[in-house]
Amino acid sequence: MARAPPPVYEKFRDVQAEIERSGAAIFRDANGVESLVIHYPYSINYIHSYAEDSPFFLGLANGKLMGSKCTARRCGATFATPRGHCMRCGAATEWIDLPLRGKVHSWTTCHFGSEAFLKETPYNLALVEFEGIGSVMLVRLKDAVESDLYVGMPVEARFDPNPKYSITDVWFVPVR
Amino acid sequence: MVTGGVTKFAKAHPAMDFRLMVKRAYDYALKGIPNLTKDRIDGTRISYFSDHFSRQLKAASMVQDYLGMNPKGSVRIEWGGATGGECFQAAYEAIASGRMDVCLAAGYETMSRVATWKGNEFIALASDTNFDFPLGGFYTGYYALMVIRHIYQYLRLTRFAHITDEREAQRRAIAEGQRIMSLVSVKNHLNAMHNPYAQYPKQLTVDDVLNSEMISYPLTREQICTMSDGAAVAILCDERRAREFTDKPVRIIGVGTGTDTMRLADRPFGTVPLLPREKASDYEGLPYPGVHSFRAGRAAGIEAYRMAGITDPKKELDFIELHDAYASSEIQTYEDLGLCRYGEGYSFVEQGDPFLKNIRYPFPTPNAGAIPVNPSGGLIACGHPVGATGLMQGVFAFWQLQGTIRKHFGDGTLQLKNPRRGAIHSHAGTGSSVTVSILERGFR
Repeated sequence: MARAPPPVYEKFRDVQAEIERSGAAIFRDANGVESLVIHYPYSINYIHSYAEDSPFFLGLANGKLMGSKCTARRCGATFATPRGHCMRCGAATEWIDLPLRGKVHSWTTCHFGSEAFLKETPYNLALVEFEGIGSVMLVRLKDAVESDLYVGMPVEARFDPNPKYSITDVWFVPVR
Repeated sequence: MVTGGVTKFAKAHPAMDFRLMVKRAYDYALKGIPNLTKDRIDGTRISYFSDHFSRQLKAASMVQDYLGMNPKGSVRIEWGGATGGECFQAAYEAIASGRMDVCLAAGYETMSRVATWKGNEFIALASDTNFDFPLGGFYTGYYALMVIRHIYQYLRLTRFAHITDEREAQRRAIAEGQRIMSLVSVKNHLNAMHNPYAQYPKQLTVDDVLNSEMISYPLTREQICTMSDGAAVAILCDERRAREFTDKPVRIIGVGTGTDTMRLADRPFGTVPLLPREKASDYEGLPYPGVHSFRAGRAAGIEAYRMAGITDPKKELDFIELHDAYASSEIQTYEDLGLCRYGEGYSFVEQGDPFLKNIRYPFPTPNAGAIPVNPSGGLIACGHPVGATGLMQGVFAFWQLQGTIRKHFGDGTLQLKNPRRGAIHSHAGTGSSVTVSILERGFR
């Protein structure tokens, strides 16, 4: 039994391409040291529970945006991104409906992204603030390009008619 | 601290796995001090950020094993981007508590084992996977959100307050912010020209930085650190033993740690925790930290300065190696650490305070030498193999305080004249945890 050694490359980029093609390659570095490099895939399906955040994601599927409010009378802090317990005083929170309109607190346009989102680039991220609510919410901002965006821009929520129970079930667009 | 070692940070080190990288840095550290042999080391603290990168859980045990440290005690340290800084402090605590006399802190990351954008995905998993990651989880995007607000708060509302057209004012403020961030990028890349350990030493102009690829607006490629393979080690011991090992020990006189909410969206709009020379009236009406500043960095600074007895960091520190994963976060960090007040970060750069005196930058730096920041080139130019980064800062600061930069770099350009005190600053996930450690020359 014998197998010819895999092809040798001096550029790491070529090694990457080769292992995707054939599963193995040899990298020779500037000192002549040779290393065997192999393709090593990994994928997994999680059984992910939203647990105490569940009502928020069920709400999105019904066109509702839910934040939370501290139940302690002396605190009453409000959160646009829900939290099961208040981060100021530690009391339990209750669900509140958020307004569907807000303003851009900050924004960016991503021209690159993680591998999972590269095909969606460029996309906009925005932190949205709501009247009378003590914290903000991170969302995708659609129907607008980089040069349209500014701090203070009025925006409103849109919901996916085919909800996937993901934070991407809601996005914002500029108020026209 | 009595010795340290660093591997050259590189895009990929396919000929070394993580164990061998750490071994190389460890051997380098031991070479310098013949009286310190393996049997004198009581135990280790070993840091790496992500199990995903090497697809090897309990990799710290394999480092311990490869170094021949068994059966001595060891703990793995992980704290996001601040992993290396935490490891340094964990070793400090092992000594300070009396649990060990000599402790090895070792860290590494091998990020080349996956493609760059997959690596970005692993890093983005250090954001809330219910609310943040699925939106397009991307750390550069998160820092871009923060700097847009920082620019709004500190340039739009000040330098451009006179412009009444809101969108025009913001557009001009962002352009100004981008220009000033580019000065930081030029500084760090140019400093690194004299650091043989750096991954990307470069001679850049402001235009080169501005015209490099847009990654996440307004941050361009040259304003962002990259993925790296690398390892670093530091050996700490108690003061009595330090003299046995070296006549040039460095004392750790202050440690601090701070934290903030994992989600940017949850950051409160409260008041600034003050440093000794600040007054509440300095920041009247400033919603803090919001997403424009790192409250964790401020908290870590306050704790470390208090312990070290520092009241005026800009005067009492001779240099800082800080976590410039983004040129924006270097500017934000000047303010958190009290090198200038909140809101003064941009003019601090323009005045030249964080620049080195003996390097000629392609623009005026009138106050150069006031408090050199990232003389080594920082993360932007040296690279950021996460678990090693904070320890790398520790080693560079150690050599700086020993006065041995020329010996280790083969080039004395970055050696400051007679530095007495320096700080290292390590920072994780949108500022969710930060460490600051203060080092002082321990010899005459």
